[in-house]
Amino acid sequence: MNRLVVRRTLYSNHHQPKCPWKRGFCSGGEAAAAAPASSASSGQLNHIINQKDGSFAGDDQPYDLAIVGGGMVGMALACSLATKPLTKHLKVAIIDSNPALANKLSIKREDPPDPRVSTVTPATISYFQDAGAWQYVQQHRHAFFDKMQVWDYTGLGYTTYDARDVYKDVLGCVVENRVLHSSLLSRIEDTDVQKTIYPSRLASMIRYPSSSVKADDNTREASYIKAGLVKLEMSDGSSLYTKLVVGADGAKSQVRNLAGFKTTGWNYSQNAIICTVEHSVGNHTAWQRFLPGGPIALLPIGDNFSNIVWTMSPKQASDLTVMNEDEFVKAVNQAMDNGYGPHPKSNFSNGSNKFSFLGGNLTMSTNESFEVPPKVVKLASKRAAFPLSLMHANDYVAKRIVLIGDAAHAVHPLAGQGVNLGFGDAFTLSRIIGEGVAVGTDIGEVSLLRKYEAERKPANIAMMAVLDGFQKIYSVDFGPLNVLRAAAFHAANYISPLKRGIISYASGEQRLPIFP
Amino acid sequence: MLLFPLPHFPRFPIYSCSSSATKRRGTAMAAKLLSRLRQLDTRLISLQHQRPFFRNARLFSGQQIPSSDSHPSLPPTPTPTPLPPPSAGSAGEKRQRTSSLKDHELAKFAAISDTWWDSEGPFKPLHAMNPTRLAFIRSTLCRHFSKDPNVPKPFDGLEIVDVGCGGGILSEPLARLGATVTGVDAVEKNIKIAHLHADLDPTTSTIDYVCTTAEKLVEEGRQFDAVMSLEVIEHVADPAEFCKSLAALTRPGGAVVISTINRSIRAYAAAIVAAEYILHWLPRGTHQWSSFLTPEELVMILKRSSIDVEEMAGFVLNPLTGKWLLSDDVSVNFIAFATKKAEG
Repeated sequence: MNRLVVRRTLYSNHHQPKCPWKRGFCSGGEAAAAAPASSASSGQLNHIINQKDGSFAGDDQPYDLAIVGGGMVGMALACSLATKPLTKHLKVAIIDSNPALANKLSIKREDPPDPRVSTVTPATISYFQDAGAWQYVQQHRHAFFDKMQVWDYTGLGYTTYDARDVYKDVLGCVVENRVLHSSLLSRIEDTDVQKTIYPSRLASMIRYPSSSVKADDNTREASYIKAGLVKLEMSDGSSLYTKLVVGADGAKSQVRNLAGFKTTGWNYSQNAIICTVEHSVGNHTAWQRFLPGGPIALLPIGDNFSNIVWTMSPKQASDLTVMNEDEFVKAVNQAMDNGYGPHPKSNFSNGSNKFSFLGGNLTMSTNESFEVPPKVVKLASKRAAFPLSLMHANDYVAKRIVLIGDAAHAVHPLAGQGVNLGFGDAFTLSRIIGEGVAVGTDIGEVSLLRKYEAERKPANIAMMAVLDGFQKIYSVDFGPLNVLRAAAFHAANYISPLKRGIISYASGEQRLPIFP
Repeated sequence: MLLFPLPHFPRFPIYSCSSSATKRRGTAMAAKLLSRLRQLDTRLISLQHQRPFFRNARLFSGQQIPSSDSHPSLPPTPTPTPLPPPSAGSAGEKRQRTSSLKDHELAKFAAISDTWWDSEGPFKPLHAMNPTRLAFIRSTLCRHFSKDPNVPKPFDGLEIVDVGCGGGILSEPLARLGATVTGVDAVEKNIKIAHLHADLDPTTSTIDYVCTTAEKLVEEGRQFDAVMSLEVIEHVADPAEFCKSLAALTRPGGAVVISTINRSIRAYAAAIVAAEYILHWLPRGTHQWSSFLTPEELVMILKRSSIDVEEMAGFVLNPLTGKWLLSDDVSVNFIAFATKKAEG
């Protein structure tokens, strides 16, 4: 028989950022012998317990779910739970100090575009449509694109992707992050689910174990009521109890630190500059050119505006951020046109080529000639730079804790996949929670959460491996390697099954790169 | 020296797939059932002297029902209660063995009952199988009682009894699905564990756990909309009597759900050799192959208690993913959904 002692230690982020969180143990053991232990700790126990008989006061009923972090991915989880009949009864608490959550800011169409945008894949679009949030996205600025051209500075090859290669209409849609966020919030407000917003930051987390109860302890210790729950304490002093904690608080996740999840990863020695630019003509294609320092991407966001994501070394990034706007526009145009290297030669083939033996109809985009992206006329927003890194949590779940989104994984932005992985996590977790509720499981049980991990971890790791591979291959300027990359461009352009595979993997229709 | 016990084949041919043969064997099966039970007594008396570890594997009494999912293989602790004096006749012998075995069983369950809710402990296969059997129960009960399955609490308003509830592994999810659950087990320790664990969650703290037997409940005259008895009947000495008690506990128009293991060669290989001796998922001696029931026998004895089996499904384990799935293959684990005719 174990003697358990209450140890209620408060861990705050300032003192011990990496310290694994301690469990608060309940005083248990034999009824008679529990007296000395509980008297020592009763002082502490008393201010956990709200009422004499140990039950919760009216406002303090435990929540089913606490979502720490009310960003896009956290809200996607809340929205998906709120719109499904099996899960809309769950009591959800959202912990985020962002005031935009509590007082919804309205976004007008004529507002200048925000440079923080995301490319959502068709798979994510269909998740949003199922949840009923896509209708709100369509009311704001958004841009579908159906063509994508990828080339590099060597001028040896290029690839054009077209949605019609896979018999679809769009390759993806570029939407501002705040539009995605407010659409999810609007959808949640449509439904009348029970959710409470705690506008503060998470300070500490205590988990009460549930399986240490002993059979011959007849007295109902009040602390047993807290067992099987997690207590979250906020920086403004409020606290709540919940069955499941969802960490959706981004790459510097507080939940992940407090829970002691180990991560693997490294910093890319690259920063990314993002900004919005304006053209004189409309742009409906996504352009990406790999330069010696890193890729530059030009993504249409609608109304003659485009978004630039330019990856380069930190020194170059700071230079480009401070130079004046005209110089910057010139630099961008050069980078997209014939700076750093020549244009690739256009491919002209008349319907068949030496790779047609590999089967499949020849894709339409094989015959596309090389196009130069539209010129940037002026800068339409401030420039922002941030460092890039790869990060992956070794585990996504622990008892009563689960990580989704950037808290679990951070990737390079070169393929616009980061937030799509996060949305995949959120909607998958919501489906798994629904399956658990359908058979009466306690939603904090590890066996249920492991199902979520088993589904998302392989897909996330595969995507991260692919993106990291690209990043490494394109960061070396070495003659034979350049030729190899050019060959890869040609292969992707001409070998139709390969091209279709790439498109369907990148648009989220295929879960894993090799085995669908 | 055998590494594992040979299956004790009953004298009659065992598992048959052809339905016409089954019809012909209908009466033969009933006779087989009765003679099997008679054989069991004599066989186990002799076994008790030869193989000590079989002693505690079966309970004989038709009165007491052991707890479900029991693993009676730990060495018994010495019991303080004196054995009743031996009386003439097999009934008396049965009762004597009952009380001595029961104390052994109870002590063993008491020793391992703390591990009921440890999902990585000795009850791990049960925790893994639980969602699958709940999926079957949910779909059959919703269809039978015309409840909407797309709500979080489809069993609202139903009274369900879990006979042989053990630590409450089945009772708690049923309560979360909205049912009014009564959990019944013959082992006091199990009831205590179940009570304590259920109190942790407000939705499950309404479960009424009672340390009693199905027969006593029948004597009290209690009746329920649905009677669950999962993984119990293979540990019972008189399955026919047990089924009669379950039938008496069911209201007319109510449902009975029983799950057990088939008496087939595959089940012998999987549930006894593989699970107990090779993979060590269950302690040795947990199950006796000869006490398994084939689906036909189960249907037969339920029919004799006026319960009609309407649906049956098997559980199969996918060895690669470790997941249990519902299937048509009833050759190892199977679950049966039955109903009692409504009056009038």
